[in-house]
Amino acid sequence: MKQRATALLAALALGACGSGGPGGASRTVIQNKGSDTMVNVAQLWAEEYRQVAPDVEVEVSGGGSGVGIAALLRGTVDIANASRDLKPEEIETAEKNTGETPKEFVVGYDALAVYVHKDNPMDEIVLEQLAGIYVEGGTLVRWSQLGVTIPGVSDDTIVRVSRQSNSGTYEFFREHVLDNRDFQLGSRDLNGSKEVVELVGNTPTAIGYSGMGYATPDVKMVRLAEEPGGTAYEPSVENTMNRSYPLARALHLYTLGEPEGEVKVYIEWILSDPGQRIVEDSGYVPIAPDRRTKP
Amino acid sequence: MTSDSTAAPAPPRPARPRWAVQGERLLEALIRLCGVSAILFVVSIVFFLFREAAPVLVSESFDLGEFLFSREWYPTSVSNVRYGTLALTVGSVSVTALAMVLAVPFGLGAAVYLSEFCGPRLRETLKIVIELLSAIPSVVWGFIGLTVMSKLIVRFTDAPVGVNVLNGGIILALMSVPIIVSIGEDALRAVPDSFREAGLALGATRWQLVHRVLLPAARNGLLAAVLLGVGRAVGETMAVLMATGHAVQIPHGLLDSVRTLTANIAAELGEAPAGSDHYRVLFLTGLLLFVITFAVNLTADLAIRGIRRK
Repeated sequence: MKQRATALLAALALGACGSGGPGGASRTVIQNKGSDTMVNVAQLWAEEYRQVAPDVEVEVSGGGSGVGIAALLRGTVDIANASRDLKPEEIETAEKNTGETPKEFVVGYDALAVYVHKDNPMDEIVLEQLAGIYVEGGTLVRWSQLGVTIPGVSDDTIVRVSRQSNSGTYEFFREHVLDNRDFQLGSRDLNGSKEVVELVGNTPTAIGYSGMGYATPDVKMVRLAEEPGGTAYEPSVENTMNRSYPLARALHLYTLGEPEGEVKVYIEWILSDPGQRIVEDSGYVPIAPDRRTKP
Repeated sequence: MTSDSTAAPAPPRPARPRWAVQGERLLEALIRLCGVSAILFVVSIVFFLFREAAPVLVSESFDLGEFLFSREWYPTSVSNVRYGTLALTVGSVSVTALAMVLAVPFGLGAAVYLSEFCGPRLRETLKIVIELLSAIPSVVWGFIGLTVMSKLIVRFTDAPVGVNVLNGGIILALMSVPIIVSIGEDALRAVPDSFREAGLALGATRWQLVHRVLLPAARNGLLAAVLLGVGRAVGETMAVLMATGHAVQIPHGLLDSVRTLTANIAAELGEAPAGSDHYRVLFLTGLLLFVITFAVNLTADLAIRGIRRK
């Protein structure tokens, strides 16, 4: 039994090391896949890390948190990026498939921003109203119901912009805004954080949600209040860190079991000052200095 | 096959070398295999689709009526999972129908022009350009829909968002026109020249000739051209994924966003855990798509037979 476990570990370690050629100078490849919210920052990490460790190559791809986690459970990637927590049944599948328990690393924080077009006069919204727009059977379908008049449009039907169901952002929004109720069908379900912001930027009557790092000059992030009459907070670094912004969330990396070798070194580097500086530069919130690793 | 007539006292024919006989047999078998392989592939694809989809059919959380006739598609719901594909089917049908309304007159018109009205040099040039048009990858068409077409639609209509049925329909029409033109033109040119000569000898005008003689004579080929266009439009994935707005709803007009069956499979299969109900329902959706195209082809086949019998 023990031997089998060791063999499994060895196989995993081999997988993690990727295509080390038989020749002496082997390049290690780390496969990294997942959250679309994190794909930009993950790419920056990979680029920067090339300078730190030239013989390690990190291959980054997006697709959504669900896609990354599914790949991790199949054992085809070394690190999965996820903007949501792993679900209990996913942990179960991992244990059943690979005999390993996924290990979680919080590498930063993000505020899920609510975007509207820059000409939209609305500055703040209550979570309840947001749910009323997006939830199945919701009654808020026109901007006038929110007391908002959008200049220059005749039809003020709210154009709901949402994400595809493989996105961690989608699931986070469903859990925290809709309270796990379902979305009203008929929203435009786009497959990237950037696309959401782009479409909202092109559509005066649109509303959408996406990571705060994706803001452009064409859109406006609205302040969010937990309850009617409560203070509305803007999605800023400060408000995310002190948790006063209602839709703050952690950004995770997941590995199968305790990471080893180059993967471990890479994750430690991400959790150190240089890695966290990239998190900050990408518009997200880094982890607290006392939880970082010392390089 | 040689005849073994032994009656005539002719000198014995030189025997063919053994390898030539064997080689010919081998080639024959190979060609037969190629012919049969098409059937083999279709059957195995259907079998594979069905094998992946079948377990969900007997699962108690699944209801075939709901699958076909409910418009509620909530494959990942936390509280109440529902697999209704009606909105997706209507999405596919509406985009395809619009594409055909646009593409069939254009495509057949162009085919008639190419085969009957234009000079040989212009015809060659046009044919090359049309072949080029059909060589554009679908993701490029989708990109055009997403960037160029959607802006035009927002400017010239009062649609809030430019990715919708109209956009997808126009893009699909542009994609199917080349197929309709080249196959339609072939069908028209396959009509023997004696038909044309006879028509002209009877004093028919060129329009009468096209309308009364050529179109009826080439109708099987033309129908095949249109159906291949339909097939392309129904099965197209990437372009409609990008151009239709990806919203699960039954459209009330050309300016509503929709999601098609194909786009839905493409978007969701990657995240559906293998073996889960969601995964199997997506395969069932593929099977549904197959049944739809099969029904279209069968109807067309029967229609052609009906016309022939007359």
